[in-house]
This record gives sequence, structure tokens and C-alpha cells, in this order.
Amino acid sequence: MTTEAIAPPSTKSQVLRSFDVTDFPALNGLEEEWRFTPLKRLGDLVKATSLTGAAPSVEFGDLPDGVTVSTADDVDPVLTPFDRVSALAYGSAAGVTVIEVAAEAEPAEAAVIRLVGKGGDAAAARTFVKVGNFAKATIILEQSGSVTLADNIEVVVGDSAQLTFITLAEWDRDAVQAQHVKIRVGKDAHVQHLQVTLGGDLVRQFTSVEYAGRGGDAELFGLYFATAGQHQEHRQLVDHSAPDCRSNVGYRGALQGASAHTVWVGDVLIRATATGTDTYEINRNLILTDGARADSVPNLEIETGEVAGAGHASATGRFDDEQLFYLMARGIPEGEARKLVVRGFFAELINKIPVEGLRERLGDTIEARLVEAGS
Amino acid sequence: MSTLEIRDLQVSVKLPEGELKPILAGVDLTVKAGETHAIMGPNGSGKSTLAYSIAGHPKYEITGGSVTLDGVDVHELSVDERARAGLFLAMQYPVEVPGVSVANFLRTAKTAIDGEAPKLRTWAGELRGAMEKLQMDPAFAQRNVNEGFSGGEKKRHEIMQLELLKPKIAILDETDSGLDIDALRIVSEGVNRVRATGETGFLLITHYTRILRYIKPDFVHVFVGGKIVEEGGPELAERLEVEGYEKFLTRA
Repeated sequence: MTTEAIAPPSTKSQVLRSFDVTDFPALNGLEEEWRFTPLKRLGDLVKATSLTGAAPSVEFGDLPDGVTVSTADDVDPVLTPFDRVSALAYGSAAGVTVIEVAAEAEPAEAAVIRLVGKGGDAAAARTFVKVGNFAKATIILEQSGSVTLADNIEVVVGDSAQLTFITLAEWDRDAVQAQHVKIRVGKDAHVQHLQVTLGGDLVRQFTSVEYAGRGGDAELFGLYFATAGQHQEHRQLVDHSAPDCRSNVGYRGALQGASAHTVWVGDVLIRATATGTDTYEINRNLILTDGARADSVPNLEIETGEVAGAGHASATGRFDDEQLFYLMARGIPEGEARKLVVRGFFAELINKIPVEGLRERLGDTIEARLVEAGS
Repeated sequence: MSTLEIRDLQVSVKLPEGELKPILAGVDLTVKAGETHAIMGPNGSGKSTLAYSIAGHPKYEITGGSVTLDGVDVHELSVDERARAGLFLAMQYPVEVPGVSVANFLRTAKTAIDGEAPKLRTWAGELRGAMEKLQMDPAFAQRNVNEGFSGGEKKRHEIMQLELLKPKIAILDETDSGLDIDALRIVSEGVNRVRATGETGFLLITHYTRILRYIKPDFVHVFVGGKIVEEGGPELAERLEVEGYEKFLTRA
């Protein structure tokens, strides 16, 4: 277990930003942002200046009314890359997959889009999600297959729109992904992002949020489960520059097996202009076996005293033997009891998914991983 | 008819450094179905150690003697196997299990104890009935196990499990602690309903005599210094009410 406070990153608002990968110095692993990441396992994503592999294929069935998926040569970026890998993804992506929800549309069902990796050389991809003003939609992005991928997902949520955005990383065990998710929250808009990471060898996802106007509300939830050998890293940067906006970050992870490693770094920046901000971030980790390691670093940088609320918390604990005893004392076998506790640990997050089939599938997947890892 | 036999039981608590600290110094007790035994004693006398070591809590190590349930050596069984064999422990401090609803928990426990899932058609009614009897709001079933429960709710939840799981031997560890007088009455009525079936033997652990006004014990055992120092009928409890444990403490 590691929880540490580091000096307030006064440079968070001033870091190098560029669309050109060569503007960024080569990574050596000593950079603050990369110190937890096993760079070796990132393969070509570390040094390449362009990627030529085939991007994951984009697959979808019937889309609900109001939602369209298309490809474009380019789209005005919302994410100005702030590290080498996101610039690499921007520069190398052959096109942009555009998922659009029409203004004022309220699709009755969730739109499900699958990104399927077919292996091969390291690749880049860009996905752009555009939700029109006053629209209300649920979009589910399922990522599976095998990849070595640098990709950017840019999300623009229009004024007064509501988006539930679920991204699932259910990659094959050999997959490597370095992803940036950038969300721009419109005036009075509400976005709820649930980031689920179960698969892959190394998955590093950096989610950043900015507010285009007053009254925006961003909820960033994450659920991850790392088993032996997996590295799962989640970073967030919530940049409060508009007044009266809200952010709520809640990530939960379970770790099981030798050298399972998870990293959570939550940065929240409240600028002098962002009076009335209400923000909270929490990370909780459940370590199921010896040999796993969870790093958890919350950072809060506040430049105004006039906030409605600002807090953070981080807790990493071992499996609670008292819970196990209580359940077993009611006749429940140990394996079953462990499943109950772990499912319970994630229940609050899983229950936020508005699609019953997906809730059940995730619950089952988590249980299967618990057994597969040989508890 | 079931019998729990405790013979010369010696138990130590495992300290964090791995050392063993002896708590029980040879306990002999026989509990038969239909009987209610009260174990009374001052704080620190080892009453809870007796309860938790019978249930199989990993913090305790049995260093001598035996506990058998209908001839089966309980030490050979894991915690869940003991419960399925018919042992039940109502805990003094029931544990929170976040994210697991009471309904899900009870159904899972009932399935484990009975060896088959309760019939969907009758289970909902059985659960509702059990909750009503303990004057619990139906919404209770959807709350997370023990999370945010008041002291009274925790104990009513324990007794609800007792009624639903129908054990052969039930150990109630300070079930009266943390209860106001109304809750104590409700909880006692629940225990008395199970007693009335005559199929469960009770080991009622308490510091105070108050609960014994509602649940009349057949036998009273005074526990001091990790062993039973005096035994008698219900009249012994009344004596303790007046005299306290002073006399036994000085003798021990």
C-alpha cells in the first residue's frame, strides 16, 4: 500500500501542450507523470514518432434514433495533447470515428459501439463524441481484442445536455493501451463517465475534464480489477476554470495475484475564476492477496477561497477477515463469501450503469476473475 | 435432539506478535436442544472467547479439550461447516458488509444452510414475515448488511437470522448490549419463539440479568477467570442481581 502526498503541482496549468510529438522529450520513466508506468511494456508507444498499425475496427449494430457513427478525416480537437503519447495518437491516427447525438435527442436506449483490436503493429486512434445541446444519451464503448494502442477520445457535451458515457477495457491479456479521454462539459451540462478496466497487460488511461460554462457537472467513476502481472493506471485532471461547477471522482479497484499493480492519480485544479466549485475525489482499493500493489495519489490545487466544497480521500485496505468470518458463520462457503464481498465493494459503481444486461455481465466477469485468479 | 458438549475447553487468543494468551482454563458445559443456558460473568472473564472459539473465529486457538455437536468434533470443521452443522452465533458487534443487501445475504445464507435455494414463491413471504415479527420496516431488506444500522437494528437483524436459519445450537453473545427496553423486548420475543419450538439449544451470554427477565434460563453458569465457578437454576441469576460478581471475583 502506498499513499503519499506530493507537492502541489503548480505546473498543472502550465504543462507543455503540443500537437507535435517531437515537441515532447523522449520518455525515460523519471517524469512525474510516468514514474509509476513500466515503460518497457509500452513498447513502440514510448519512442515512436508515428504509428502505422491498423487501428481497432469500429463495430456497431442498430443504433438508437438520434445517434450516428461516422468517420471523418479530421475534427477540430478538444484535447490539446499534453504528453508525448497523446500527441503521438493525434498525429498518427488515420481518421476520426465520430459518435454524434443530435441536439435535443433523447435516445430510448444506450448506443453500444465496439472497438475491436486485431493485433499487429502499434496503432493510433481518435474517437470523437459529440452530444448536442439539451440531448440526453447513454453511450457504451466496448474495447476488446489485442492491441498496442495510443488513442484519444474527445467528448464534447453540449449545453444542458446529459451524457452517461461508459468505456470498458476488456482487452485480451497481451494488450497495451495508453489512452487519453478529454471531456468538455457544456454550461449546465451533466456528464457521468464510468471507466471500467478489466483486461490488458498494461492499460493507462488519463481522463481530463474542462468546463465550457457555468453549472457543469462531471462525475468520473472508475472500476478496475487487476490480476497477476497486470498494470492498470488511471489518472484524472479536472480543471475547474468556470464558476459554480461540480466534479465528483470515485474510483475503486481490486487487486489479486503477484505483481498486480494499480495506480490512481487524481488531480483537481480549482482556478481563481472558479468560485463556487464543489469537488470531491476518492479512490478505494481492495487488496485481495499478497504481492499486489496499489498506488493512490490524490492532489487538490486550489487558487480561490470561495469554493462550495473541496475534498479528497484515499483508502487502500486488505480483504477484511471479519467480513469473511461473519458471512462464513452463516454457512456461506469461503469462495462464495469472497465473491459477495468483492461484488459488494463494486456494487455502488455497477449500480450506476443504466443497462441491466451490462450490470449483470460485469458482475459475472468480476466473479469469474476472482475464481480464475485462484482465490 | 441435538447436544453440544464442551469438555475441559482451553482456548488462547492469538496476539498480533503471534504469541498465545490463555483465556479459557477448562470449561465443561452440555447444552441440549430445548434448553437455555445463561452464561454470566464480569467483563474480561472469557465469555465472548467461549462464543467465538466455538464458532471458529481465526483469532482464537483451541489448546486443549473438545467441543462436539452430536458427536462431531467441531474443531475439525471450518467456520462455514460449523454453521451448516447447526451452530449459530449472534454477534455482539455484527459486521458491516458494504454493497451486500440484507435480502441477498439472507437468501445466500439460507441456501447454504439448507443445501438448496429457498423456493422463490414462499421465500419472499417468509422473509417478510420474519421482518414483521421483529418490527422491521420492509425497506430494511434492501439496505446493506449492518451498514448504518442502529444498535437495535443490528441485534434485530441477528435474531431475524436466528429465526430464518433455525440452528440446532444458538449462542447469543451479549445480544442485550446496545438495546433500549423496547428493542430488548422485541429481540427477546424472537428468541422465545425459537425456544418454543424446542428444537434449538441456547447459550445466552450476558453481563446483566435484565435480559433474563424476558428469556427465562433453565440453567445459569457464572463465568470468572476463564472458567465456570458456580452453577444453578434461574434463582442464581436473581442472586447475582442483588450481590453482583464481587464474591466470585475475590474467590477466584
